Order: sequence, then structure tokens, then C-alpha cells
Amino acid sequence: MSIPNPINTQQAEDSLLSANELHSKAGPRSRGDLFISLTLLALQGFGGVLAVVQRELVEKKKWLTNEEFVEQWSVAQILPGPNVINLGIMIGQRTFGPSGAIIALAGLLTLPFLSLLLLAAVYSGVSDLPWIQASLRGMNSVVAGLIIATALKMASALSKNPLGILLSAVLGLLTFGAVALLHIPLLYVLLVLGSVSCISAYRKTIALDLKSQSKAENVGGV
Amino acid sequence: MNTLILDTVNTITMTALDWVHLFMHFCELSFLSIGGAISAAPDMHRYLVVENHLLSDTQFSSSITLAQVAPGPNVLFVSLMGWNIGLNSAGGIQAGWLAWCWGLFGAILCLIAIILPSSVMMYRVAKWGHKNSQRPSVRAFKSGLAPIVIGLMISTGWLLQKGQHLDSSNTTLIASWTLTVFTALLVWKTRIHLLWLLAFGALLGALGVI
Repeated sequence: MSIPNPINTQQAEDSLLSANELHSKAGPRSRGDLFISLTLLALQGFGGVLAVVQRELVEKKKWLTNEEFVEQWSVAQILPGPNVINLGIMIGQRTFGPSGAIIALAGLLTLPFLSLLLLAAVYSGVSDLPWIQASLRGMNSVVAGLIIATALKMASALSKNPLGILLSAVLGLLTFGAVALLHIPLLYVLLVLGSVSCISAYRKTIALDLKSQSKAENVGGV
Repeated sequence: MNTLILDTVNTITMTALDWVHLFMHFCELSFLSIGGAISAAPDMHRYLVVENHLLSDTQFSSSITLAQVAPGPNVLFVSLMGWNIGLNSAGGIQAGWLAWCWGLFGAILCLIAIILPSSVMMYRVAKWGHKNSQRPSVRAFKSGLAPIVIGLMISTGWLLQKGQHLDSSNTTLIASWTLTVFTALLVWKTRIHLLWLLAFGALLGALGVI
């Protein structure tokens, strides 16, 4: 069978991972545990799940060590797709293989999907009421601010970016102009600005690596 | 203000081919949604609202806002867009159970399209492991995309804020932008719970300030 027995996989995983202290030994106990834990995690996230993920998976459940979390989170972020979904797929895959990834997806989406549809159905029934419309507009302004704030929080990480603050700001502003003001399709924006950005980042990364290497050699020489 | 009511009834005709195009477009966006599906929201706005008129501006914004108000991953806003397209194609919620079926169909179709391609890719990368994460090319890819992702997220906030002002007076416009900036600063600098801010926004809206 291609789908492994959960208990054996867990034991195999544990014995494999015990060699490396960086890895957390506790993972989801069973497929059911994985599904229920991720469902509960998803249902706690109002205004997005991002805020609760670290607290739940690292501090409470200890499925991941903090180092593992940072590493996996950055991978989940650079690949296309929702970060939380991507992280769930990684955890599911790591513990139970293909079925784990599918269960993680199902856990994160099923109940939130149904509750959202229920909310939408209720909303379509009352959306003609002026005060409902008006309060949704009020919340809309808040959500716009929330998304911008998340972007600003992420921007603080740019100070460590090899591109440097100035070039990062220029690229960010160009992206904003192209997408928000000129309505240029995302594909072209990513192809042009994305490749310019990645190529300059590559050059600077290589240059920085050489610099730190020669520094290390100099120190070694002395 | 009253134009809003007309705005929510937006009847469209969707042929099978239109649904296929919609599905393909969201599949494409799935591969492009670096930093989460919300970075692809400006492009969805272009495709759904500006070019094909499948959704009204109000429906577009309310899909994102409702999904943010409800618990769960943000990506579910895409299924609400599908739900609204389904409702529009059936002639609005007034069409009864037919509208519900089309709404559900649209919601599931759009959710699968936005989730599946990126998830398959993620699965493959997860299997490949992190052993290559220290390569310069991988690190450059990561840092190169960071400013672009940030620019895309600010665009999303901008379009979301702008989409609701087709009929607003200048005073509500100023009040609404003030609330957005105020929220952005609070969330950026403090750890205030988001539900308070959403409730505050809803209250200001219901009182007619915004």
C-alpha cells in the first residue's frame, strides 16, 4: 500500500527525527487529530488565520519548534497559495504523506467554508437593508486598513533584504502603481517587476556571500 | 446611498464556456498568488468587475469583507465571489432554490480553482524538502519577491477602499479614509483584537458616519 499506517509512520518519523534535535518530536497523533486540530485552528482566525497559527502550533501543540516554524513559514510564504493552507499541506505531508496533505486541506477549509456560506446566505437575505449595507461599508474600511497594516508589518523585514530599503521601496511603489492605478494584469507585473527584482536580489546575494567569505578568510588568516 | 440597493441586483448570463474561462482564470491566479490569494485580489477585480462585469464593485468588496469577518482562512473570499457570480447568473437571491444551487456551484468551482494548482505545487515542494533552502538562487527568489508582495497587498487595501465610493459624498469619503488609516496604524503599532475594530467600523457605518 502506498498509504502508510499512521502509527508506524509516526514511530519511523520519531526515530528519524530524534537524530536531529532541531525537530519537534510531537506531531499530530492521528489523522483525526490532524483534522480536528486544524479545523479548530481555522475557526479561531477572525480576520485571517495568520495571527493564531504560531501560538497554536508552536506554543500550545508543539507540533513544530520555533525554528522549524520560521523555516516552513517562509517556504509557505514564497510559494503561491494561501500561507496557512501551504503550511497545513507541509505538516500533513510530513506526518502522513499524501493522505495527510489532503486531510490538512479538508480540516482547514470544510467547516469555515460552510459557516461562510451560511453567513453569505443570511447576508443576501438582508443585504437590501440600508443599515446592513452601511455597517458593511464601515467594516470594509477597517478591512482595507487591516490589509495595509499587514503589508506594513511585512515591510519592516525589508531592512534585512539584500536589495536594500531604497530599491525595495521603488519596486514596491512600482508594483502599486502598475496594479492599483494602471490595472495591469498580475501576470505581466510579476514577469517584469518580479524578474527585475529577483535578478538584482540574486546579484546582491552573491556579492554579500563573497564579502562575508573573504571576511571569514581574513579573520582566519590573522 | 440608494443606488447601493440597485447595485446588489446584478443579473448576468453565464454560459458553460464563461464558467470554464472563470475556472481557468482562477487556476492561473492560483499560481500567481504569492503571499496569499489576497495578492491576486486586484487582478480578480480587473477580471470580474472592470472587464467582464460578473460582479458589481459592492459585491466584490463585500465578498472580501464578509470573508474577513467570518472565521477561517482568507482565501475563502474567493468562494464568496463564486457564490455571488452564481447568484447573479440565476437572477439574484430572489430566484429561490435555483439561485442557491448556482451559488453553491460557483463557490465550490472558484475555491477548487484557486486552491488546487498551488496546493499540488506546495505538495511537491514539501516532498523535495528544505535541503536546498540555503542556495543563493532560492534566497534571492525569496528576498526578490518580498517588496512585490508588499506592493500587491497595499494595492488590495487601496482597491477595497476605493471600490465603495462610487456614490459617496465628500464627508463620508474623508471619514472612511480616516477610518482606514486609523485602523492601519492601530493594527501596525498595537496588538488590539481585530473584532473590536470590525465592530467599531460596523457601528460607525450603521450610524451613517461612513
